[in-house]
Amino acid sequence: MRGRKKWMVLVVLSMFMVSALLIGGCGKKEEGDKAGDEAGLTGTITIAGSTSVQPFSEVLAEKFMQDNPRVQINVQGGGSSQGITAAVSGAADIGASSRELKAEEKGQGLVETVIAYDGIAIIVNPANKIDNLTREQIRDIYLGNITNWKEVGGEDAPITVVCREAGSGTRGAFEEIVMEKQDISNKVIIQNSTGAVASAVAGDKNAIGFVSLHALNDKVKAVKVDGVEAKEENIKNGSYKISRPFIYLTKGEPTGVVKAFIDFVLSEEGQKIMQDEGAVPVK
Amino acid sequence: MANYPIVQNKEKARGNVFSAGGFYGRKTPVRGKELWVEKVLMLSASLFILAILLITLFIFAKGIPLIAKTGLTDFIFNTEWNPTKNKFGIGTMLVGSLAVTLGALLWAVPLGLITAIFMAEIAPVKVRDVLGSFIELLAGIPSVVYGFFGLIVVVPFIRDNLGGSGMSILAGAVILGIMILPTIINISRDAIRAVPEEYKINSLALGATHYQSIWRIIVPAARSGIITAVVLGMGRAIGETMAVVMVTGNATIIPDSILSPVRTMTSNIVLEMGYAAGDHQAALFATGTVLFVFIVLLNLIINISAKAGIKNAHR
Repeated sequence: MRGRKKWMVLVVLSMFMVSALLIGGCGKKEEGDKAGDEAGLTGTITIAGSTSVQPFSEVLAEKFMQDNPRVQINVQGGGSSQGITAAVSGAADIGASSRELKAEEKGQGLVETVIAYDGIAIIVNPANKIDNLTREQIRDIYLGNITNWKEVGGEDAPITVVCREAGSGTRGAFEEIVMEKQDISNKVIIQNSTGAVASAVAGDKNAIGFVSLHALNDKVKAVKVDGVEAKEENIKNGSYKISRPFIYLTKGEPTGVVKAFIDFVLSEEGQKIMQDEGAVPVK
Repeated sequence: MANYPIVQNKEKARGNVFSAGGFYGRKTPVRGKELWVEKVLMLSASLFILAILLITLFIFAKGIPLIAKTGLTDFIFNTEWNPTKNKFGIGTMLVGSLAVTLGALLWAVPLGLITAIFMAEIAPVKVRDVLGSFIELLAGIPSVVYGFFGLIVVVPFIRDNLGGSGMSILAGAVILGIMILPTIINISRDAIRAVPEEYKINSLALGATHYQSIWRIIVPAARSGIITAVVLGMGRAIGETMAVVMVTGNATIIPDSILSPVRTMTSNIVLEMGYAAGDHQAALFATGTVLFVFIVLLNLIINISAKAGIKNAHR
C-alpha cells in the first residue's frame, strides 16, 4: 500500500515537472520570435532625474522592455536639477524633470517633451460650505497659522488638517508648489495613502486634505484654488496652479531607441499607463 | 525488546521513550526512520533559531549605522522628525508608543483581571464556557478589522462627543485595550486556576468569605502569572501596528492631552516604508532596532518577575 502511494506521488511530481518545463520552454521560444519580429530595436537607455517622475518611468520602461527584450532601460533618481544637468552633459540619455525649466537652464541644446501633468486636488468634506481657497490660505492652514474655518470664511470650527507621510510623491509636489519650502506643521494628521486621506476627509466635516486628481471621488469635495476648478483641462491649460509638468529632456531631438521610447510614452498605450499610475495625460 | 539491546541502551541513555524505535515494538527498519524523523525535527528547530538570528542581525545591521550617525541619545530623545530634511528624532514616537500602551493597560488590566477572577472562581460552568468562546473569538479577529472598527465607530464617537479630530491617544487606547483583553484574561485566569485548592479551602476554613479568599489569598498567590499576563499584553500593545496606524492620527508631536494625535514607533515604520530611501529608510530600520531592544527588555522583565514570583511562592 505504502509503496504504491509513493510511486503515485513520484508520477504526479514528474508530470508536474515535465509540464512546467514544456510551458517554460514554449514561453521562451515565443519571446524570442517576437524580438526577432520587432527587428532592430536594441540598445540601452539611461533615464535620470526627478524622483516624482521615477516611478512612472519605471513602469513605462518595464512595459517597453517587455515588448522589446533587447532594449535595456536604467531608471535613476537624483532630482529634477540633476536630471537637467545629466541631460546636458550626456550622462543620461533622458533627463527627467517635474518642474518647468528655469531661464538659465533653457537652451543648451535641450529638447523638452512634456509627457504628463501631475495635478493635486485640495479636498474638504462635502458638508463644508467653503468652495474656494487661495494658495496662501492653504499654505497657512498647513503651516498651522490658520486653525479655524472662520478665518477663511467658513463656520466657527477647528480645522482638522490631513496630510501624507514624508517621502510621498504627492506630499513632495504639494510642498514644492504650495508650501514654498516651508515645513508642514507637525500637528497635522498623517495618513499613508491617497485613499486613507480621502476617507479621513470624507469622515470628518472639519477636515482638509490633498490627493492626486485621479483619486477624487464624490465622498469628498475638491475646492477651487485661486478661483480655478481642479479639472484635467484646467491643468492642461495651466490655469489650475497646483499642478506641475513631467518633462523628459534630451540633448537635441531624440533619435533611435530613445525616440522609440519617447514615442511609446506619448502613444495611447503609454499615456494610459501614466493615467493609471495617477498622472494627467497630455493628449 | 531483548533482541535489540543497542536500541534499548540508547533509549535508556536519553531517558526518552519516544526517541527509540523499540517503543513501538517495530523491527529494525523503523529505527532508521526514527533517526530521520529526529534529524528533520532537529533541522527545523535549528532553522527557526537561524531565522531569528538572521532577523536580529539584519535589523541591527540596517539600523545601527544611522543611530551611530545621529547619536543614540539624539535619535531616541530628539522630538524633531523630518526625514526629508535629515532630522531623525523618534522622541515623539517613544512617547506615543508609551502613551497609547499605558492608556490601553489602564482600563484593560482591571477589566481583564476581574473577568479572569469571575471566570475562574465565580461563574457557573455554562457561563464560563460561553465567555471563553467569546474571548477566543476576540483573540482571532485580525488587527486591521479592529482598526477599521476604530476608524468607523470609535474615532467619530470621540470627535462628536469629546472634540478634536477623534484620531487620538484615546482612540488608540480603546482599540488596543480590546485587543489585549484576551491575552490578559486567558493568562491570568490560568494563573488563578493554578493556585492550589488547599489555599482556598484553608482560607474558607479559617472563616474568610469567598470574596475575602479571592482578594487576600488567591489573587496574591497568582501574582506572578498575573504580572506575566500584563507584561505580555503590554508587549502585544507596543508591537501592534495596523490598528494603531488607522486610529491615532500619526502626528509627530508630544501629546498635550489624550485627545491629541500621536505616532507610535511601529506606525512610523509602516507609514513611511513605502517611499523611504537612503538615510530615511535606515532611520526606519533604526526605529525598528529601538523597538526590538524595547521588546527584548520587556521579555527579560517577564522572566525576572516570573522567577521572583516562584521564589516568593516557596517562602
